[in-house]
Amino acid sequence: MTAKVITVTSGKGGVGKTTTVANIAVALALGGKKVVCIDGDIGLRNLDVVMGLENRIVYDIVDIVEGRCRTRQAMIRDKRLPELFLIPAAQTRDKNAVSPSDMVRLCDELRPEMDWILIDSPAGIERGFRNSIAAADKILIVTNPEMSAVRDADRVIGLLEAEEKNSPSLIINRLNPNLVKRGDMLSVDDVYDLLRIEVIGIVPEDENVIVASNKGAPLSMEAKARAGQAFRNIARRLNGEEVPFLDLDSHSLWDRIGKFGWRK
Amino acid sequence: MNFLERFFGNKSAKSAKERLQLVLIHDRTDLNPLVLEALKDDLIAAISKHIDIDPASVRIEVEHEGRSQRLIADIPLRVTSRRRMG
Ligand SMILES: Nc1ncnc2c1ncn2[C@@H]1O[C@H](COP(=O)(O)OP(=O)(O)OP(=O)(O)O)[C@@H](O)[C@H]1O
Ligand SMILES: [Mg+2]
Repeated sequence: MTAKVITVTSGKGGVGKTTTVANIAVALALGGKKVVCIDGDIGLRNLDVVMGLENRIVYDIVDIVEGRCRTRQAMIRDKRLPELFLIPAAQTRDKNAVSPSDMVRLCDELRPEMDWILIDSPAGIERGFRNSIAAADKILIVTNPEMSAVRDADRVIGLLEAEEKNSPSLIINRLNPNLVKRGDMLSVDDVYDLLRIEVIGIVPEDENVIVASNKGAPLSMEAKARAGQAFRNIARRLNGEEVPFLDLDSHSLWDRIGKFGWRK
Repeated sequence: MNFLERFFGNKSAKSAKERLQLVLIHDRTDLNPLVLEALKDDLIAAISKHIDIDPASVRIEVEHEGRSQRLIADIPLRVTSRRRMG
């Protein structure tokens, strides 16, 4: 096994990175893969609560980096999905406790034992972002169909281009098909036109996301919810499957989304 | 959305996209409208030293192809050149 490292980042805060990591991780683990999530948001730990693992934290990533525990000891196993692990962020330390080369080392250590390593990047373009992208094989940029989120996504894409990273893929989260139809929300076409990177996921606005995070049970564990389905589809695309985009609006939107069919 | 907006297709998403297009050009290239204007004036001055052009017809804009952009200058030449007249 050699894990692929996926980093989820965004530029702007609050657009759904942590939600995305938790859901894709669960979806991949449901498919029988060994998955470890790393919370890269030191000082603002969050992935633990979204995954419902907050009560089981003993060690964190800074403990690993500073040698207070073995990597294995800081990996919390999700009891619902025994092949899913979390390495939590430190809550009390400052961001500089971990460096990009620490992240590369940690991922290299994990790679042989895992299928997927998912890194939840903090917002912004500072140290935590640098750490999070250091080991990435593939970067997913989450945005919302909204001006400042798209602008910040463009900034991050520009930075990645300058670093000559592989071209990132885009997840458009919190799309509201009714608003799009009314002409009051940027459409998938619009966002693609502006950013011009491959779209790997379109996730609708869905109140079940909030319910799920209240319960600490990512939505992709549930069969029905639209957003959960959208996240599961992203996981399948990461696995190399060709999956058509969800028919978020059975009339108009579908025809327009259709042309962004996932290409490898 | 009122009747007029509906009629003229003046939707907020459309203006968001148009505004973003301009903002992104600026963010990506450090080119803002003021810089473009200054560049155009300098171009006109430089070209006018050699050939006779109409400053009012000169256009300069940024074109996109994927994520890359290029600066396009459109400088029409006057129909009658001095040489022919002379
Ligand atoms: N598709 C969605 N539908 C409804 N709510 C959503 C959706 N995606 C995310 N949210 C909500 O948006 C909020 C922010 O999400 P999340 O914490 O995942 O963002 P983030 O990008 O990780 O934020 P930060 O930059 O602070 O780390 C949460 O309350 C989450 O439940
Ligand atoms: Mg987060």
